[in-house]
Amino acid sequence: MERLLSIIFIYILVENFVLQRFFGICPFLGVSRKMETAVGMSMAVIFVMSMATLVTWLLYTFVLIPLNLEYLQIVTFILVIASLVQLVETTLRKISPTLYQGLGIFLPLITTNCAIMAVALLAVREEFAFIEAVVFGIAASIGFSLALVIMAGIRERLELADVPEVLKGSAVTLITAGILSLAFQGFRGMLTL
Amino acid sequence: MAEHNPYVDDLSRGIIRENPVFRLLLGMCPVLGVTAYFINGLGMGLATTAVVIASNVVIASLKNYIPAQVRIPCFIVVIATFVTIVEMVLQAFQPALYEALGVFVPLIVVNCVILGRAEAFASKKPVLRSLVDGVGVGIGFTLALGILALVREIAGQGTIMGPDPESAILLFGEGFEPMGLFGQPPGAFIALGLLLGFANMLFKKLNI
Repeated sequence: MERLLSIIFIYILVENFVLQRFFGICPFLGVSRKMETAVGMSMAVIFVMSMATLVTWLLYTFVLIPLNLEYLQIVTFILVIASLVQLVETTLRKISPTLYQGLGIFLPLITTNCAIMAVALLAVREEFAFIEAVVFGIAASIGFSLALVIMAGIRERLELADVPEVLKGSAVTLITAGILSLAFQGFRGMLTL
Repeated sequence: MAEHNPYVDDLSRGIIRENPVFRLLLGMCPVLGVTAYFINGLGMGLATTAVVIASNVVIASLKNYIPAQVRIPCFIVVIATFVTIVEMVLQAFQPALYEALGVFVPLIVVNCVILGRAEAFASKKPVLRSLVDGVGVGIGFTLALGILALVREIAGQGTIMGPDPESAILLFGEGFEPMGLFGQPPGAFIALGLLLGFANMLFKKLNI
């Protein structure tokens, strides 16, 4: 239990996926312009990331390892993630059209979100047990959402700020992300697994 | 001149006009993640170059056999295959680099630069032009990684060619106190942000 709580704390704050580990930078820069889209993306990522960790962990442990096919890891994982996204999309459209409408374009975009792939790979590399892997997936996705939502809040205000011409757009967003990441450095070393 | 020869155009496009990092902001995760040292940045750039060239060539040769509806999964499988090969080669011949790059090696598979070139270029153009395009994009990506890694290593460690103490060259002598921030995650964001601003200024001056 203690270990699970540490995993949650570490991957939300200490080892934040976006700000400390640099996974999922593309959606972080791409959809953090407005709070609304940021929240939509966060919901979709929390959903897919938790599912993806669960499925890839089971597949790796019970199919790839017994068959000595570890070298197929990359191909398998990316296919699992792509089909999972497709599956989630189709299911959501059937059972919850409102949620589907809300998530909209973000669902297909998730396939190329490297944070999802990173979670799946790291869960295996860190040799987490099953329940730890699932908790890790959920914590990492919450960390991703936290960074995204904070950034969206900052960027909405940044719109009104007087930014030098050459730094407009992505440049100033990256520098802001740097300062945000500096704030998260305060959690460094608080907990280790 | 560039208008008349499509190969020159294909090559230069990826390096300057559509530089994946400075102009299109694609594939940012490895750009930020592995650039604490120049060697790592360069290694990552070359690994990505190898994958983008190989996948461009294979996809361009197979483009008439891939059904349009399932082309994205097909592209991904081709790319994933080459990433697996690159991972094995690195693990066998460059174990230190493989260790340093860590999980970012398998993550080449989700680098949007590669899938982007497959979808936008290789699936429509002839094989040879796709090859040249892959080389151009690879050089552009490696260049961006190299520049950022050089800036970060010089500012953050005061060396080049680290982290191995045997090959590391101290640039400013023993008494130099480097800005550790640039070796850390926040420094990566800040350095890239400033570099982007600098690139924007340069591109504007040169009118590209």
